[in-house]
Amino acid sequence: MSSNSESLGHLPIDAMSTAAGEATKTDTHGHSHDAHGGHGEHHEEQNFFLKYFWSTDHKIIGMQYLFTGMLMALVGGFTVYVFRMQIAFPGISVPGWGRVTPANYDGLITTHGSVMIFWVAMPVLIAALGNYLIPLMIGCDDMVFPRLNRLSYQIFAISILVLGASFLVKGGAFGGAWTSYPPLSAKAEYNLTPQGAPLWLLAVALEFVAFLLGGINFVTTVMNSRAPGMKMFDVPMVVWMIVIASILFMASVGPLVAGAVMLLFDQTVGTHFFDPNKGGDPILWQHLFWFFGHPEVYVVLLPATGIVAEIITVFSRKKLFAYKTVLYTAVGTGVLSFFVWAHHQFIAGIDPRMANIFSLTTLLISIPVAEMMFVFIATLYGGSIRLTVPMLWALAFIGEFLIGGVTGIFLGASGADIYFHDTYFVIAHFHYTFFPIAFISVFAAVTYWFPKMFGKMMNETFGKLHFWGTIIPFNFIFIPLFLLGVRGDHRRIFDYSRFPDLMKPGMPELRVLATLSLVTLLAFQAIFLLNFFYSLFKGKKADRNPWLANTLEWQTPSPPPHGNFPEGLPTVYRGPYEYSHPDRAQDYWPQNEKAAS
Amino acid sequence: MISKYLEAGSTYAGDIDSLILLILAVVGFWGLLAEVVFFGLIFKFAEKEGVKALYVTGEDPKEKRWVSIPHYLTLIFDVMIIIGALRVWAEVKLDMPQADETVRVTAQQWAWTFTHPGPDGKLDTEDDIRTVDELHVEVGKTYHFELASRDVLHSFSVPIFRLKQDIVPGRIIKGWFKPVITGTYDIQCTEICGIGHGLMPAKIVISEAGKHQAWVKANAGVAAVAAPVSGSTGGMP
Repeated sequence: MSSNSESLGHLPIDAMSTAAGEATKTDTHGHSHDAHGGHGEHHEEQNFFLKYFWSTDHKIIGMQYLFTGMLMALVGGFTVYVFRMQIAFPGISVPGWGRVTPANYDGLITTHGSVMIFWVAMPVLIAALGNYLIPLMIGCDDMVFPRLNRLSYQIFAISILVLGASFLVKGGAFGGAWTSYPPLSAKAEYNLTPQGAPLWLLAVALEFVAFLLGGINFVTTVMNSRAPGMKMFDVPMVVWMIVIASILFMASVGPLVAGAVMLLFDQTVGTHFFDPNKGGDPILWQHLFWFFGHPEVYVVLLPATGIVAEIITVFSRKKLFAYKTVLYTAVGTGVLSFFVWAHHQFIAGIDPRMANIFSLTTLLISIPVAEMMFVFIATLYGGSIRLTVPMLWALAFIGEFLIGGVTGIFLGASGADIYFHDTYFVIAHFHYTFFPIAFISVFAAVTYWFPKMFGKMMNETFGKLHFWGTIIPFNFIFIPLFLLGVRGDHRRIFDYSRFPDLMKPGMPELRVLATLSLVTLLAFQAIFLLNFFYSLFKGKKADRNPWLANTLEWQTPSPPPHGNFPEGLPTVYRGPYEYSHPDRAQDYWPQNEKAAS
Repeated sequence: MISKYLEAGSTYAGDIDSLILLILAVVGFWGLLAEVVFFGLIFKFAEKEGVKALYVTGEDPKEKRWVSIPHYLTLIFDVMIIIGALRVWAEVKLDMPQADETVRVTAQQWAWTFTHPGPDGKLDTEDDIRTVDELHVEVGKTYHFELASRDVLHSFSVPIFRLKQDIVPGRIIKGWFKPVITGTYDIQCTEICGIGHGLMPAKIVISEAGKHQAWVKANAGVAAVAAPVSGSTGGMP
């Protein structure tokens, strides 16, 4: 710890002046190496456990998050498979699970939602990519708080154990939906999961602590450890996005952690914060939850758009259209995202006049988000577009997210939300935003940075097969759900046959179509896993810059050794998107290449 | 669009449907246009041998128009949608017309109790009619409803009316509707309320005046009670 704090004491003053002098920079560099106990230059053989489970290397921690996220995605995928089978074929014995009881069903949907958001999207988009990419892309050797970083992952791992334990206790896993509204979530007599509910809440709270530590690290590192010459507007967009997302997360998570502790007390020690019988107010929880919950959408959206920005510029050989505009729209979206939360509560029993305000802010947030999409589309103009696998994913993000964006207008418009609230229209809209965020952009990122991470190329044919095998079924899952929402299917119902209005001709068929498409989509993920692990061991060797990209991570060996830049930390001379510059024969211009002129 | 699948059963259902149609037209047109431009660019600017990409910073005001014009268009159409949304919202949730009759809706895990006024047309008298999972109303009459919960959150959803309102224990939440068609339709709980959430269907029976009055007379004073499952009454009678 001492060597760690020593290097810290050094950072703030010297390195704050951004385009820090090279002398200062080297100094910081030297010290951070100490923080690693001297593994930097003289890389010694470590045993497997120390290397992969006790490392403070940001790349290893990033991969820990990535692999854990992939594992949790299997859990999220399995749960949705089981409950979608029940919806399409009520009462059947689902292969791999058996008959689905109502209690099972509620547990499965709750687990699917919370796992996919808290244990897949968050760890992969923020923690895995943030950890892996930030030091490499800003040209430093590691995070400024490497041990905090390790602690962050360890707490995250504990949160998974706690969540896992909730399945094994009496009463089973919590089934009150990922939003966990009291009084249902607060009292065992209502939710019938006396131990599952507190464990779920504890797991969520622990997970937030882990990301708080990560967020502190990301922001501090980017502000203090950029390579000499890298000005604020030379920082690659994905790094900016992760920083803005971390700030949003840290600013919004406080009320939720407070709310989680209050709810935990209501559950376990008999307080009455949310108990209307004793003067508490259940709607207070909804405010605390959504005050976090809505910025949270942008916490994961922003890194995803950052990934897209990196990839579409590389594979259209174009400069990012209006860099500063993208940055300002991201900040604008972030600020606005704190003023839209009650659009989840239009009909929740809050003063109906409030809906007017929140409808207004909600529709306004469409402007910066739409603008970001316009910028990406404009970037394609005049490009030299190569449809590689990462590019396909990045483009698919834009195409699909547009649908997610415009369908949000129906829900943000208070008058229309009266009908659509809590129907499958909401689910379809949400997944048209979240699937592009949590999966499409992540597949883009993994296929793009795979050569850097593992020094091997992924197979293109399998990559494309996986791409089409995911994108086509994805649309065939959620277009039917839009239609079902329009026709009135409401959420969290394990068997629609009790509702004659929801069993009209065509409706059961749409449910079956969605489920079969889901099964297809899940099956195609096997191709991804196969490609991933096959390429990892047997893939063609990748050189340091296979995509001819500008950003710093591509200017060091693949995979980068501990310490990242064996030839010395880079100096930055230009922005990250100088593709096809008229003064150059080559169509790319690495950020660290000295200007010839 | 909605009425193709589900009749517009209340005075405001048509307005909600029109609002949805307006939004569909606006976002459908612009969303589709964006997709067309997007796919068009992908095909038009596919890599060609020997053709270098353009160098466009997007900082020039002339180039920025590509983004700023759609930006202002978004704003204009947003305002249009907001005005429509707020008007419909006010009609359904803010302005309560004078009631001809009031019904009381009590939700609990996992049943509905509906309290109708008896032949005297007033609540809280001896001839009140209490039913479980079946709400009887007369077409063309304006109803106020009072929502209460005995335990957890529920939501009173009558899709045929395009009406939805969460029910919060400890509060009485009021609203209104005026049926314009007759028939029997679903009432649904649309807020997760525990393992029986999917087992909480109810019916709304909308009848002509004569038929409805006959039902009221025949059932005056009937007091069906849904047995509480969880023991707690949430402060409700």
